[in-house]
Amino acid sequence: MNDLFNSFMTGPDEKGRFGKFGGRFVSETLMPLILDLEAEYEKAKTDPTFWAEMDDLWTHYVGRPSPLYHAERLTEHLGGAKIYLKRDELNHTGAHKINNVLGQIILARRMGKTRIIAETGAGQHGVATATVCAKFGLKCIVYMGAHDVERQKPNVFRMKLLGAEVVPVTSGRGTLKDAMNDALRDWVTNVRDTFYCIGTVAGPHPYPAMVRDFQAIIGKEAKEQMHKAEGRLPDTIIAAIGGGSNAMGLFYPFLDDKSVNIIGVEAGGKGVNEKMEHCASLTGGRPGVLHGNRTYLLQDDDGQILEGFSISAGLDYPGIGPEHSWLHDIGRAQYVSITDTEALEAFQICCELEGIIPALEPSHALAHVMKIAPDLPKDHLICMNMCGRGDKDIFTVARALGLEMGEAD
Amino acid sequence: MSRIDAKFAELQAAGKKAFVAYVMAGDPDYDTALEIVQGMPGAGVDIIELGLPFTDPMADGPTIQLAGQRALETGMTLERTLDVARAFRKTDDTTPIVLMGYYNPIYSRGVDKFLEDAKEAGIDGLIIVDLPPEEDEELCIPAQAAGLNFIRLATPTTDDKRLPTVLQNTSGFVYYVSITGITGAAEAQAVDVAPEVARIKAKTDLPVIVGFGIKTPDHAKNIASVADGAVVGSAIVERIGKGDSAADVLAFVKSLADGAHSA
Repeated sequence: MNDLFNSFMTGPDEKGRFGKFGGRFVSETLMPLILDLEAEYEKAKTDPTFWAEMDDLWTHYVGRPSPLYHAERLTEHLGGAKIYLKRDELNHTGAHKINNVLGQIILARRMGKTRIIAETGAGQHGVATATVCAKFGLKCIVYMGAHDVERQKPNVFRMKLLGAEVVPVTSGRGTLKDAMNDALRDWVTNVRDTFYCIGTVAGPHPYPAMVRDFQAIIGKEAKEQMHKAEGRLPDTIIAAIGGGSNAMGLFYPFLDDKSVNIIGVEAGGKGVNEKMEHCASLTGGRPGVLHGNRTYLLQDDDGQILEGFSISAGLDYPGIGPEHSWLHDIGRAQYVSITDTEALEAFQICCELEGIIPALEPSHALAHVMKIAPDLPKDHLICMNMCGRGDKDIFTVARALGLEMGEAD
Repeated sequence: MSRIDAKFAELQAAGKKAFVAYVMAGDPDYDTALEIVQGMPGAGVDIIELGLPFTDPMADGPTIQLAGQRALETGMTLERTLDVARAFRKTDDTTPIVLMGYYNPIYSRGVDKFLEDAKEAGIDGLIIVDLPPEEDEELCIPAQAAGLNFIRLATPTTDDKRLPTVLQNTSGFVYYVSITGITGAAEAQAVDVAPEVARIKAKTDLPVIVGFGIKTPDHAKNIASVADGAVVGSAIVERIGKGDSAADVLAFVKSLADGAHSA
């Protein structure tokens, strides 16, 4: 059998599609910009100087490679599979987001763009973008839903310290999807000097593929590190999914390793039921077109987009990257959902057993690890992406646990 | 010959420029929106652009976004939007109606079913903002096959190299977006628009209508004088949003139509 024909790593096609998902559903004003970006990215992709610059910054600015850590007490506690955490929360700025931002900003500089715009939910992508813009002296404007500005105050202040302008978005319901709408509106207005730095593997082609390629460093490192630690591939890899960039980054280098079980964990909010109080696009949505791509979306019967609901602002998006939709439909990856309550429990256990305060996003992945690990044999290797640290979430967690905490504490 | 083609033939014979007016279906409510639409031909509107409400109108400014939200809050749907056209067609069989909106509500219904329903409801053309030529197979080509015009937007970023791609499967007319930006934003200047319209007209025989950022009768006149017509949307919707009566809105529409027609 020729494995080339069976590779899961060849997408997207020339129209930016992963199967029927993806594409370029944008207004004509943006279309020429997206074609320019695609051409520039295609050039950069095969340019060793581009990757040399990335490697240098990844090493000296971000602190890569991030460790692959054997979570011994967690493993012992669960009494089953051997659990490894890919420590992307140790990156500069505290999450995986900067892996991608560096790539896009280097690209923006190559294209001569001087003004960077970004959308952010939890604020991690906004902070990463503000950080890299500060480093390169670029003007940075971050669109953030007014609701998220309220619940992620520490990150808003960080962005301001870093010199970014944070624009609270009140249109629609003031969440991540509305922030993305307003970023697109900015881009359509400021086409000549502006680069739109998208934070996840969604949006029009080439963003889903480009962001995946920048985040794939996570999976490449994990594969090497696991080989070094255990002499073989992991049996299961797990990551949390909002838009899905940390997950795609971990998954991509393993897609053709057929023995590796791949699991994406969506935010189940209060539970995936008919009340739609969740953000589980794959388990609770259906295919539609939004923000430049066809993918699974939370929507009503008339094709109107619904708001997601999650304790984690970073997962609070009604869509998901198109490559995940494709992996879901062809069955190469499995997608599950975890509720707010389950994530909170995992958050606390991680703090207590491992001395790691995880972000609420990877707490969802961890909650699923806690579900499956006890029933797996001790030689079963799990690699979970600890994609962000939880400092930003302590106020939310305190509130959810019914604890009082003065913000000056 | 489609109603749109017939309308332009009639305008050309009379030596008149086209006035195109936009209203969001269901804004502020179904009945008022229908009353405005029904009054439009009498106010001098040559082509009606009927907005299909969508939760995430990425290319629209706050005025149209809010109109969409108002409409959705009253329970507006794609089906009710088509009902506006059906009701209008009972008394007017000649004024073209172009449905303007975003792809997802249509995709959600199913393209074939939608085209059948739209045709039956008396819709003549479609302007779907998030379907560029790269996605023509989605709706543009099936729509033309079903006998509906697919009207494409050309923009200041559509350069000479790209223009033929944009024009290739366009029919009815070409909608030139006079600014880079969202609806209702900066004002377009006739002096900037004129060479762009000429650039497009050199490549197509279709009429070129200019929109985005036209707010007053004088402005409509200036822009129409350098094109085949002008579109006004946000300025009309803004008055509806302020709570103006249908009669007041239509009086304003008439002043805009008179402006465009005096070009």
